[in-house]
Amino acid sequence: MSAPEHSTGSELDPANGFENPGLGEHRPRKADIDDKADKKAERQTAALFGISIVGTIIALVAYFTLNDADPGDIAQIRQVNMWIGIGIFLAMIGIGLGAIHWAKTLMRDHEMVEDRHELRSSDEAREGAIQNLKDGVEDSGLGGPKRRSVLKGSLITALAVAPLAVLVPQIGNMGSDWNISKFRHTLWGPGVRLARDPDGALIKAADVTIGSVFHVIPDGLNDLDHHHLISEKAKAVVLLVRLDPADLKVQEGREDWSFDGIVAYSKICTHVGCPVALYEQQTHHLLCPCHQSTFDVSDGCKVVFGPAKRPLPQLPIAVDDEGYIVAQADFDEPIGPSYWDRLKGGDDTTAEEVSH
Amino acid sequence: MGTKLNSAAAGTANYVDERTSIGGFVKFFARKLFPDHWSFMLGEIALYSFIVLLLSGVFLTAFFVPSMTEVHYEGPFETMHGVAMTEAFASTLKTSFEVPGGLLIRQIHHWAALLFLAAIMTHMCRVFFTGAFRKPRELNWLVGFTLMILGLAAGFSGYSLPDDVLSGNGLRIIDGVVKSIPLIGSYISYWMFGGEYPGVDIIPRLFTMHILLVPGLILALIALHLFLVFLHKHTQYPGGGKSHKNVVGLPLFPVYTAKAGGFFFVVFGIIALVASVFTINPVWNYGPYDPSPVSAGTQPDWYILFVDGALRLMPGWIAGVFPLEWELWGYTLSWNILIPAVIVPGIFFAIIALYPWLEAWATGDKGERHVLDRPRNVPVRTGIGVAMISFYVILVIEGSNDIVANLFHLSLNDITIFFQWGIFIIPPLAFWITKRICLGLQRKDRELVLHGHETGTIVRYDHGEYVEVHRPLDEQEVWLRVSYDNHKPLEIEPELNDHGVARKGYRWDRFKQRLSRFYFEERVEPVTPEELEEARHHHDSHGAHEAAEAEESGERLDSEWEELEDGAKR
Ligand code: HEM
Ligand code: FES
Repeated sequence: MSAPEHSTGSELDPANGFENPGLGEHRPRKADIDDKADKKAERQTAALFGISIVGTIIALVAYFTLNDADPGDIAQIRQVNMWIGIGIFLAMIGIGLGAIHWAKTLMRDHEMVEDRHELRSSDEAREGAIQNLKDGVEDSGLGGPKRRSVLKGSLITALAVAPLAVLVPQIGNMGSDWNISKFRHTLWGPGVRLARDPDGALIKAADVTIGSVFHVIPDGLNDLDHHHLISEKAKAVVLLVRLDPADLKVQEGREDWSFDGIVAYSKICTHVGCPVALYEQQTHHLLCPCHQSTFDVSDGCKVVFGPAKRPLPQLPIAVDDEGYIVAQADFDEPIGPSYWDRLKGGDDTTAEEVSH
Repeated sequence: MGTKLNSAAAGTANYVDERTSIGGFVKFFARKLFPDHWSFMLGEIALYSFIVLLLSGVFLTAFFVPSMTEVHYEGPFETMHGVAMTEAFASTLKTSFEVPGGLLIRQIHHWAALLFLAAIMTHMCRVFFTGAFRKPRELNWLVGFTLMILGLAAGFSGYSLPDDVLSGNGLRIIDGVVKSIPLIGSYISYWMFGGEYPGVDIIPRLFTMHILLVPGLILALIALHLFLVFLHKHTQYPGGGKSHKNVVGLPLFPVYTAKAGGFFFVVFGIIALVASVFTINPVWNYGPYDPSPVSAGTQPDWYILFVDGALRLMPGWIAGVFPLEWELWGYTLSWNILIPAVIVPGIFFAIIALYPWLEAWATGDKGERHVLDRPRNVPVRTGIGVAMISFYVILVIEGSNDIVANLFHLSLNDITIFFQWGIFIIPPLAFWITKRICLGLQRKDRELVLHGHETGTIVRYDHGEYVEVHRPLDEQEVWLRVSYDNHKPLEIEPELNDHGVARKGYRWDRFKQRLSRFYFEERVEPVTPEELEEARHHHDSHGAHEAAEAEESGERLDSEWEELEDGAKR
């Protein structure tokens, strides 16, 4: 390493016909020439390190004296955290700024020059490397007159397939039963009553006034254990709305799926599956907060704006003898986002088989 | 005591060296030179926030329970009493409320994650706009790119761990995206979640990914990244005395040990301050995951916004008549999800990853490049960079369009429609404007070199003309403005050789030539020594004399003024 202070430009490459002028002049700092400034910088640096020590003390004192905060009181918890945090802040920033100040004011700041060497290895080294590899191949017996192609082939094949022995069982186990036909069934089925989310209270048709919205789960969902509850809920949530029957455009083939202006639609967005839950009464629009797909409840929940393509699936409903709203059947299509074989294999299992 | 300490240190050094030959390494590293520039600190910020992530993350593992087993909350936070939740969520509440300082560390961890990704991305921009990715650093650019992707994975997996409403919804969106993949999407979803979404496996799996797999890979790649930085030696900005064959700077020990080491503490300190004052991810307000509730205006972490924005931007129907989800032979193909969430990010990231090679084809450069470019001197690259950033920023803004709409009282749908057009129009426009600005700056540089600085002094000629006096640039200032690489479009050999036979590789060459023309057809040539000579000569015969005169008269005025002042004081 050469460290001349002012390399002259002539030894450096010219560019566009100009000569490199070499390093600019070093400008001395105050502390370089003035002893007082030097002393002052030293004091400042020491003061910064001092601040760090104070910070550590603050953090420790805060930890030990404020730890009787009421853990149910967020304001108090925040207070404790703020003081410990400010202590850590001072402890760190003091060391940091001190070290930087030291480097900037007191450490020698004359720029130095070091040569670079091309990264390419020398021809000699390259030849040596190639020779060594050749020798190795020779020693292994692969390079000689015997080509040993069976040996090579079998090794490569063995190496290629060996990972399968580990990966197949590992990956195979990760998807449990791989039965993706579960996507098309929910807890809904003939006669399942509609209940309020989350308390499970049943809903009578008479309770549903025009313009009101109910977040609905299937009756019995809350009796499941937590795991099944969440997984089933993720598919079964429904939004129940009552429109003025005059506003409702009944869809072809679904004339008897609603009851006196009451309609029920899956709450799971057909885009990528967020719960669609923002209902606007005047326009009868349902908005998904995730990517703002907008569905028209009065017109079969068709998409009127946004990235979803399909309408929300409709749950066919009726009213039972006691006046409760019930499902007539499960959804007639998979709820939620699209997938490759969404339209396939709908007939092999019926809704009843799976959900009950 | 001093001498005792010294001899103890020497003894230890000797002991270690005899067993490791560490002396050679120390000799090699201690005085390694590093050039100085504020923009070189961006990578350091990324490194230091990663260290803060490791430190705070280890603290969190002491209290976090990666399990989806159901519990009913019994802790001190009353609003949640009796609520059913997973152990993951319950333990996050416990860390926040019952571990003194636990909330602080959670917030430090989360803020550090936000800073980590922001620093990685700005660092990448610095490397891009200064051309630091050129030979021999292309491979390190790839390492850095992979680190960014891993950073996104680390952030997303961590964000999902507390199992609150928001993170659960984020996972559900991922599930929906994965399901859209043709043929195997549903099976990938099963593979990730261990069955149907959400199942009970995802949190433990994400935990392993978050605290072992991803940080392990990041750590290994950081080591490789830094090793390559040492091997290549740092790039430097152009200036007198700097060339592609040297490195000018200050030594690692002591200057950068103090500066960079100190900077770690500064970064840590600032993260701690922000974390102690600004709450982030208050999961107790969101509640445990439940597939049903939602609220408007909730946001993922900023680095995920671009995906959300892309998903929002893509219409399900074009003009209400042409669907973007197709049913072909009974199978469903969801372009409305695949394009924004898989294809576009894929292409965007692929361009970033492969950019160094793209530019190398255009320049035909084969040599090592260690002096950085000033962004203005490579107008097309700078334009491409700004276009890519504008593309990304549109997606981020669209990803928070509900907040933008609220803030500026705009219609949500109008913003989306505006950006649906804007995503095609704004990036090319940004490219064009940036390129114009760069060329303008280059012309200004030429002006400056040829005519010097304006001094603000006006002189009047005898014949009544007024001119401004210009001060010529010193050699350092000139060098900075004339020493850049002046690439010209590639010349290639003709398609047919002397015998009229088409040669191999012509089409590839022609592609490179087209690319090269796109880059360098329009350019501003650096000032040549002859031009400078002539301009100076011209100025000399014209201005220098007047300048001297003007200066003189200026001084005379000053001294007269001072005299007057003195007089007044007396
Ligand atoms: C590699 C970069 C990393 C990033 C970007 C990152 C990011 C995150 C984020 C955003 C969270 C959510 C925090 C919250 O608001 O609760 C999180 C949680 C967590 N992280 Fe990390 N992290 C990283 C590395 C690590 C490491 C190395 C560990 C441990 C060895 C770790 C352990 C944890 C734990 C245990 C949680 C859950 C804590 C809780 O929510 O209470 N992280 N991480
Ligand atoms: S999930 Fe509903 S719009 Fe995307």
